[in-house]
Amino acid sequence: MARRGIQEINAGSMADIAFLLLIFFLVTTTMDVDRGITRKLPPPVPEEEKEKIDVPERNVFVVLINSADRLLVGKYTDKRRMDITQLKAAAKDFLRPHPGNEAYPETKEKTIEGLGTVTVSKGVISMQNDRGTSYNMYIQVQDELAGAVRELRDEMAMQYFGKKFGDLKDEIAVKAIQKAIPVAISEAEPKNVGGN
Amino acid sequence: MSRFKKKKGKGSQTINTASLPDIIFMLLFFFMVSTTMRETQLLVQVKQPKASEVQKLKKKELVSYIYIGPPPEGRQAMLGTEPRIQLNDSYANLNEIRQFIVREREEMSEDEKKLMTTSLKVDQNTKMGIVSDVKEELRDANALKINYNTRKRDEENN
Repeated sequence: MARRGIQEINAGSMADIAFLLLIFFLVTTTMDVDRGITRKLPPPVPEEEKEKIDVPERNVFVVLINSADRLLVGKYTDKRRMDITQLKAAAKDFLRPHPGNEAYPETKEKTIEGLGTVTVSKGVISMQNDRGTSYNMYIQVQDELAGAVRELRDEMAMQYFGKKFGDLKDEIAVKAIQKAIPVAISEAEPKNVGGN
Repeated sequence: MSRFKKKKGKGSQTINTASLPDIIFMLLFFFMVSTTMRETQLLVQVKQPKASEVQKLKKKELVSYIYIGPPPEGRQAMLGTEPRIQLNDSYANLNEIRQFIVREREEMSEDEKKLMTTSLKVDQNTKMGIVSDVKEELRDANALKINYNTRKRDEENN
């Protein structure tokens, strides 16, 4: 215990203390980014105003999911069983404008800022699931349909701007493509056939 | 070459570690600022389904979360295995959702209200019945922007 001048405090363990704190924060905090499929629900309709909106049959592409997670896909009159892997291609084929073809949805010419006059399909995808459908299957179907729309948009963006839709920076271009290929997915209220 | 040899004579030099704590503190502050504390304790098990067409959720302060999933294994004897809805820190019933949305909305400023998003964190094995009920409640509460929380498909290899 002989005193030899002022003793310095040993700061060697400072780094350890800081490390400890660092590790504590690494463990207790999260940096995860929330990802997901964004959808917009239709606004609530008062009971007395509920009426059937008339959409021509050829404009509607029906996707039904039953309680055993199986798919029935197609036109009202011509629905087929389908595997989920084929759904994207089928939806793409349906949504792509085919002017003058009776087997596909109606089209209309639309003038859109930034694109000029383009043919827009009036096709709507109508999705209905059972109360017993699993959430996983529901998301897979939503994902495939979103994928179909995204791929069509990519194609169009490639054609007009030479870039993929996701890489477009220009606000007007993004809006224009969104108008030319809208996310036309409607959801009907689920049935309860299979039971829970 | 002779210049290098001269130094060797002085014996091994120790690296000055005095700035090491500063570096670590810097890292620490970076993590303190850039991360967020886990806010709610999950009372339900949620394993989100995977999807590839995902968008990032921006502006976390405008997002309210609804969790749906089965209770954790330790409490299933008491609570059963049926999926439950969790709002904030407790289990909730369907009819509480509207109130929850109203309360969340009150905390936002006027121009933020229409940007409000509800993120549904739902377990992948949940049946759609309960999810549809929740969606119907959200529709009635006029919280129309929803986000199905998913994991990215290529994030994990299974």
